[in-house]
Amino acid sequence: MLLELKDITKVYKTGKLELKVLKGVSLDIDEGDFISIIGPSGSGKSTFMNILGCLDTPTEGTYNFEDREVSKYTADELAEIRNIKIGFIFQKFNLLPKLTAIENVELPLIYRGETTSARRQIATKVLEDVGLGGRMNHRPSEMSGGEQQRVAIARALAGNPKLILADEPTGNLDTKSGAEVLEILRELNRNGTTLVMITHDMNVASHGKRIIRILDGELSQEVSA
Amino acid sequence: MMFGKKTGMKAGMVIKLALASIFSNKMRSFLTMLGIIIGTSAVIILVTLAQATTESVTENIEGMGTNILSVSIMGTGNQTSLDYEDTLDISNIDGVDSISPIVSGQATLKYELNSTDITVEGADEGYAPVRGQSVSSGRFIHFLDIENRHKVILLGTEVVQDLFGFASPLGEQVKVNGTSFTVIGVLEESESTIGGSSNDKALIPVSTAERFFRSPGIKSINIQAESPESVAGVQVQLEAFLLRIFNNDQEAYRILNQTDMLSTIGEVTDMLTMMLGGIAGISLVVGGIGIMNIMLVSVTERTREIGIRKAIGAKRKDILSQFIIEAAVISGIGGLIGVIFGVIGSYIISNVMGLQMTIIFSILIISFVFSLAIGMFFGIYPANKASRLKPVDALMYE
Repeated sequence: MLLELKDITKVYKTGKLELKVLKGVSLDIDEGDFISIIGPSGSGKSTFMNILGCLDTPTEGTYNFEDREVSKYTADELAEIRNIKIGFIFQKFNLLPKLTAIENVELPLIYRGETTSARRQIATKVLEDVGLGGRMNHRPSEMSGGEQQRVAIARALAGNPKLILADEPTGNLDTKSGAEVLEILRELNRNGTTLVMITHDMNVASHGKRIIRILDGELSQEVSA
Repeated sequence: MMFGKKTGMKAGMVIKLALASIFSNKMRSFLTMLGIIIGTSAVIILVTLAQATTESVTENIEGMGTNILSVSIMGTGNQTSLDYEDTLDISNIDGVDSISPIVSGQATLKYELNSTDITVEGADEGYAPVRGQSVSSGRFIHFLDIENRHKVILLGTEVVQDLFGFASPLGEQVKVNGTSFTVIGVLEESESTIGGSSNDKALIPVSTAERFFRSPGIKSINIQAESPESVAGVQVQLEAFLLRIFNNDQEAYRILNQTDMLSTIGEVTDMLTMMLGGIAGISLVVGGIGIMNIMLVSVTERTREIGIRKAIGAKRKDILSQFIIEAAVISGIGGLIGVIFGVIGSYIISNVMGLQMTIIFSILIISFVFSLAIGMFFGIYPANKASRLKPVDALMYE
C-alpha cells in the first residue's frame, strides 16, 4: 500500500465560523494505481488533493505515506516528502517565469542538493522524455500552454517521485495539447508511477483506472472505469 | 534526514539566485542600494576627514616643539600682566633654555600705495630659538633694539609680498598705523603651526610694542626647556613663580605644554570622529530600513514563487537563506560601491580642503562589514515572513 488515508477531516476556522471541508475521508491507494478524483467546485477535492500532496495537514485522521505517518510531520519534514516522493502538476503550470525550462526542471533537484552536473543531466533527460529537448532554454512566456505543462510534468518527473499529483492538468489547455498531456500521464502510469488526478471533466477522469467522486467533503462513491 | 540523503541548497546556488533576482529588477535594486551607498561613503568620508584634521592639528602642535611651555596671563586685581623685567626672571629657572615674551596687537602696514592688516608681535631675542624662527635676509631683533625701543620691523614672507612684491624690503620704511618703521629683516618662511604661521606676521621689539600698542606688560610667554624631560620640572617652578606674583591666584594664568594640548585635542577630535561616524552610521541604518521595506514588498510580490518553491520541496531554511542572502547581496554590493565612492570622495574633499588624506584601511573594512550586517539584519524580518508562508496559501495567492 502506497497511501493510506483514514477518517481525514479538515476544518477551516475564520473567526467564530467553522467550515468543515472534509468530513472523514478514507482512501487506500496502491502502488501503480491511476486514480481520478472528480467533484464539483467547493466539494473539497482541492483540499483533499493538498492533504494528499502533503501541502497541508489534516485536522483529524491519519495519513500514511509508505507506512510513515505524515499527518504528524513538521513543515520541513513535509517539504522533504514533497521533494523526494511527490511530483506536482498544476492547472496553472506554476513555473517560475524568470527561469528557463531547464532551470525550472532543475529546481526540485537544487533543494535536494544534487550537484550541478547531475541536475543538468537529469533535467535534460526528462525534458527530452516529454518532447521538449529543443526548447530547454526557453522561458515559460516563450512557450505555448501545452509546452509549459510539459515542462511542469518534466519538473514533477525530475525527482523520480513515487506519486504524481495532477490538479486539473488539462484545465488550461486546448483539446489537442490536453490529449498530449494525458497521453504522457498514461505512459508514466504504464511505467509504474502512481498517479492521482483531480478534474471536473468526466472525459478526462475516464483515463484513470479508478474514479472517485467527492461531494460535500465526503467520498460519495467509486465509479468503475 | 528521513531518507538518508543530503538535502538542501548550496550557498553558491543561493547567491546566484539572489543575483538573478536583483538583476531582474535593476532600477529598484539600485534605489534600494542607494541608501547603503550613501551611508557607507558618508561614514568613510567623514571619518577620514576627521582623522585628517586630527593629524594636521596634532602635527601643528608637535611642530611647536616637545619642550615648549606656553604661559598665558589673565591677571588678577590690578596685576593684569607681567613686567618685561619680571619675565626675564623666568629664564633663571632651572632647566629653562630660553624664553620668548610676546606682546601682540593688530596693525595696518603701509608701503607706498600698498597696505595690509596683520598681527604685529612684540618680541625679543628669545623669539628666534623658542619658535625655531630664523631670518632669510637681514638681521633679527637685537638686545639694543629693545633697550632703545628702536622702530625696526621684521616682516613675514606674505607681508613682504603684499607690500613690496618681489622687491627687497631691507632698509625700506613701512608705516605701522602711521608710524615709520625700518625693515631690518625678512622672516624665514615657515609651516603653519598651532601658534599660527609667521608668514603673515611682523615682529617689532617687545619694548617698542608695549608703548606702541599702549599695553604695558607681557601677557604671553613661550618658554623653551632644555629638554623634553625637564619640561615637568620647569612647569612646577614656573607655577610657584607665577603664584607668588599673582598672590596665589591659580586663575590668573594658564600654562600649556605640548603633551597636555595633544591629549586635550586628542579627546576633542576623537569625539568629533565618533560623532561624525555615528551620524553617518545613522544614515546607514536608514539605508537598512530601505532594504527591509523593499524586501517586504518583494516577499509579497513573490508569494506565489515562494509557494511553488515550497511545493516542490524548499524548506524553511532554504527560503530564509534565499531572502537573507538577497538582502546581504544588495547591501554588500551597495557597501562596495559606497567604499569606492567614499575613497574617491575623501580624496576630492581633502584635496579641496588642503588636508593630508590617509585612508585608513580598517575604516573601509569596518564600514563595508557594517553595511553588510545591516542589510542582513534588516533582511531577517522579511525573510522570516517569507519562510513562514504556508505552501497552500502561497500557491493560492494571485
